[in-house]
Amino acid sequence: MSPAIRTGDVGGTLPLVSKAETEKSFFDSIHSWLVTVDHKKLGLMYIMYGLFFLLIAGIEATLMRIQLAFPNNHFLSPQFFNQLFTVHGTTMVFFVGMPLVFGFANYLVPLMIGARDLAFPRLNAFGFWLSALGGVLLYFSFIGGEGMAGAGSAPDIGWFAYAPLTGKAFSKGHSTDYWILGLMVSGFGSIATAANVFTTILCMRCRGMTLSKMPLLAWLNLVMSGMVLLAVSPLTAAQIMLLLDRFAGSHFFDTQAGGSATLWMHFFWIFGHPEVYILIIPAFAFASEIIPVFSRKAIFGYPAMVGATVAIGFVSVSVWAHHMFTIGMTSASNTFFAISTMMVGIPTGIKIFNWLGTMWGGKLRFDTPMLFCIAFLFQFLIAGLTGIMLGAAPFNWQLNDSYFVVAHFHFTLVGGFLTMIFAAVYYWFPKATGRRFSETLGKWHFWLFVLGFHMTFDTMHIPGILGMPRRIYTYEAGRGWGVLNLIVTLGVLFQAIGILIFVFNLLRSARKGPPAGNDPWDAWTLEWATSSPPPEFNFAEIPTVKSRRPLWDIKHPTDPDWKYE
Amino acid sequence: MNGAVATTYLESTTGRQTVTVGEQTGPIASKGVIGMACLIMAESAIFAIFVVAYLYYSGKDLSGPTPRQVLEWPILNSICLLSSSATITLALRSLRRGATKRFSVWWFVTIALGAYFLLGTGREWQHLIHDKGLTIQTNLFGTTFYSLVGLHASHVVVGLLALSIVMAFAITGLVKKEHAERVHVLGLYWHFVDVVWIVVFTVVYVIGR
Amino acid sequence: MISPWMYWMVALVFIQQEALAGEKTDPALVPSIFSPESAPAHAVSHLAGFVLWITGVIFVVVAGLLVYAVLRFRRRANDDGTEPAQIYGSGLVEGAWTTVPFLIVLVLTLATARVIHEVQDARKPAAALDVQVIGHQWWWEIRYPKLGIVTANELHVPVSQSSDRLPTFLELRSADVVHSFWVPRLAGKTDLIPNKVNSMWIEPERTGLFLGQCAKYCGTQHAKMLLRVYVDTREDFDRWVKEQQELAENNPSAAAGRLVFERTACINCHAVNGTVGNGRFGPDLTHLMSRATLGSGALMNSAGGLRAWIKSPERFKPGVLMPAMNLNDGDLDKLVAYLTTLK
Repeated sequence: MSPAIRTGDVGGTLPLVSKAETEKSFFDSIHSWLVTVDHKKLGLMYIMYGLFFLLIAGIEATLMRIQLAFPNNHFLSPQFFNQLFTVHGTTMVFFVGMPLVFGFANYLVPLMIGARDLAFPRLNAFGFWLSALGGVLLYFSFIGGEGMAGAGSAPDIGWFAYAPLTGKAFSKGHSTDYWILGLMVSGFGSIATAANVFTTILCMRCRGMTLSKMPLLAWLNLVMSGMVLLAVSPLTAAQIMLLLDRFAGSHFFDTQAGGSATLWMHFFWIFGHPEVYILIIPAFAFASEIIPVFSRKAIFGYPAMVGATVAIGFVSVSVWAHHMFTIGMTSASNTFFAISTMMVGIPTGIKIFNWLGTMWGGKLRFDTPMLFCIAFLFQFLIAGLTGIMLGAAPFNWQLNDSYFVVAHFHFTLVGGFLTMIFAAVYYWFPKATGRRFSETLGKWHFWLFVLGFHMTFDTMHIPGILGMPRRIYTYEAGRGWGVLNLIVTLGVLFQAIGILIFVFNLLRSARKGPPAGNDPWDAWTLEWATSSPPPEFNFAEIPTVKSRRPLWDIKHPTDPDWKYE
Repeated sequence: MNGAVATTYLESTTGRQTVTVGEQTGPIASKGVIGMACLIMAESAIFAIFVVAYLYYSGKDLSGPTPRQVLEWPILNSICLLSSSATITLALRSLRRGATKRFSVWWFVTIALGAYFLLGTGREWQHLIHDKGLTIQTNLFGTTFYSLVGLHASHVVVGLLALSIVMAFAITGLVKKEHAERVHVLGLYWHFVDVVWIVVFTVVYVIGR
Repeated sequence: MISPWMYWMVALVFIQQEALAGEKTDPALVPSIFSPESAPAHAVSHLAGFVLWITGVIFVVVAGLLVYAVLRFRRRANDDGTEPAQIYGSGLVEGAWTTVPFLIVLVLTLATARVIHEVQDARKPAAALDVQVIGHQWWWEIRYPKLGIVTANELHVPVSQSSDRLPTFLELRSADVVHSFWVPRLAGKTDLIPNKVNSMWIEPERTGLFLGQCAKYCGTQHAKMLLRVYVDTREDFDRWVKEQQELAENNPSAAAGRLVFERTACINCHAVNGTVGNGRFGPDLTHLMSRATLGSGALMNSAGGLRAWIKSPERFKPGVLMPAMNLNDGDLDKLVAYLTTLK
């Protein structure tokens, strides 16, 4: 499919894997992964870690949905249900979302900017293992039952852990401490990796790649990393305060001693809102790389995309209290946050229009990555619109903490973030493994998942409108919620099958898929110029670039991008 | 496409380098400086939250000693810590010139000043706990005071540890002129710690009283 | 002029109504935010309708363009393999699709600001009824300070007529963790936060029963912290007030049971006006039998239910803070006989 490209130009003609490597024993192989500082291996480990926890958290969700399928169900005890929703939310954000974000950043950024690794390879490894430890700490809490010398059990405080429910008085034992420590440890890892990615993008671009010539993925990861540095820290600070409350007897959130419950809320959401943008911006990055390739056109409005992302980065730190419209802030405060929340919808909308503009006039190919991108565009549009609705504070007074909000954020995170993770995995799978995956299975995954997703999450808006609050382990019959909840639960089945097909496809294709070659999609950014998988040093010679699409310039020597940019 | 290897890859030992990028030529900060700037950004955000908590709870105590009743201005401590920013700069200048012995001297003075600051903080806390009855548990002031000042002090401790490691290398003659950039990056951290002290001092001892 | 977005939602609700019939649900009890019966809920519902309309139009336009693009620009089977024209951007187009959303947001924020002010800054008329609600894990303490009434989990308020307005203003506090008061058909929710006093108001225009529940996760039994709001006619409300203001019934035939109450640990948590019971940790039982449910909605109130509840509250509300009192059957029967006299 791709025109003749001289791989000697950039990729090097060295064999992919040296003889010494193939003769490595199994244990040497594992050892090499454990001690690696190579961004590609660490990136893949992050991604596998995130996908593993996706399955675990998905099982947690399935259990909850079975409990909620009927009113007054007795499948799960209230205590266990409360632990499930806490751990499900915490896992999805911190041990699925963040690892996937950093995994792709790790893998792709050096390749796309023409560098050999991240700026600080050992810090990279350190950050990964810290993050991994955090997940282990959180899940250890399940085993550390009440009986194990008071080690505690899984946290049941909700993923945003409001005070004073988290104080020693109301959360006895150590379950809350596992939540705090697991997240604090992985938070340090996140900050380390964010600093690493940020520095890499600023300092290690290849010759010719000015900031205005680097791929959008690099720009968006730069903004994302900057946001991590500023937003994760408030959570760390609040958690230190909570630990001091629980162990040193301080009174940060101790309402009996004059402490403030709302202060925790402010600190948490100053982290929490930028955090969801930290998760979605990489999804935007994938869309900005994949949609152009499958539309056969350059991204429409590169400068606007950069500007919109930076705007989102800035505005998103000013909207946090839209999670707190019901706590009794003044009407002036509520109005301010309603305005800022709606404002942040504008740059987000601009991005959707630019992707649409990219597709417009193109020649669309519907390979699996592109199918997920198209679903993403529809789903994120809906998610953004329900977000605007929730930004209207009075509407929020009704719908906050109801299943409408649960539907909204699952639309953004599953319909937006996870959908683009699927797209990205399929798109870069050939590069990382050197093999093609099965398109047929990919399409089965896609259609089953989209069907299940909409069955569950479209429907889920309605119980919220009918007054169903969130985080309840059961509900009364006679409120009109029963049939709706059953439909929501049934959709899970299709999503689960879709994901199983996905995992099967990946595992089988990684071993037995047909060879992919350097550039199976006929794409234009630097990672496709080197071999699949790339050698450890990435490029035999660090390239010099003249435009945003260096491979387009090579493939179209009479019509290169740099003439028009 | 020429085969020149981009100079941006090689780790710089001189701190600043000029690279011809497209039509532009300009200085690019070293990885170490940018990386340290990232760390400083993150740390600033953590400190900011503790400062917000301190200011928010100012005057809201239900009981117990108030700042005005128990706090005394740590003037000498602050002079020592802030001077250490000057001495570390002098140390760095010496190293850039290759005067490694003078570097060792100024570096040692910096550590001594930092250590004195810590000792002074320790003495202040001992006085507050034993003589004035103020602990982290006493009231909101106690909570926010010890946590904010303590957070800063912990960063001084980490800084001193790092400085001491460099001291050990310096004494054994291993620190040379070409390491100036790395020492510079560590110096940035130390300057950050001092700037934070200015903020903490203002918030706790000036505004909060 | 209903936007397709709303059509779709209304359709789903209709399907719902069909299913409701199978569920034996009284549609009047469904706590839908789009069935408002009180001034603040109306204000919110109207704003919601407006916002839905606008977002519905946006959805139809953008989704329509997406569908069009996917169909019109797909690669055909007879494609010659050349690349299409590369368009890098257009300042005009960018300007247009920045300006239009900005204007839409402007309109939305103005509408929103107006309703925020209308609801939050409403002045309390002199004739308003005052109620204090104090949230506990996992029940609602309800007091009418000017009327000297203390009850639990059920709120009685008078209906408000346009010619003779009588809104109810609620002050919200918490004794332990954060809770949230949500009765969708009467108003948006407001949180009950320890160390903070919040306020909200309702102005119901129709009599009847309105359901709600706690809407902020507050621990194990957050799900069963249910609310019942009875909107009464003026006469019914006045009668209810009189009944609640009376001291506890002191029926001599129930004296044995009253002794059980006063001598067991019951009085550590519960109060009955006119006995030594003065506990505040649990609900006031002076007029226990005037309430429709037990355990904040865990089960319906009846003699049999009451007996089962006291014997083992954990069975109905696992994790509840009321312990099983381990009374023998004789004492339990006497106690229930006494409590059922507390009308």
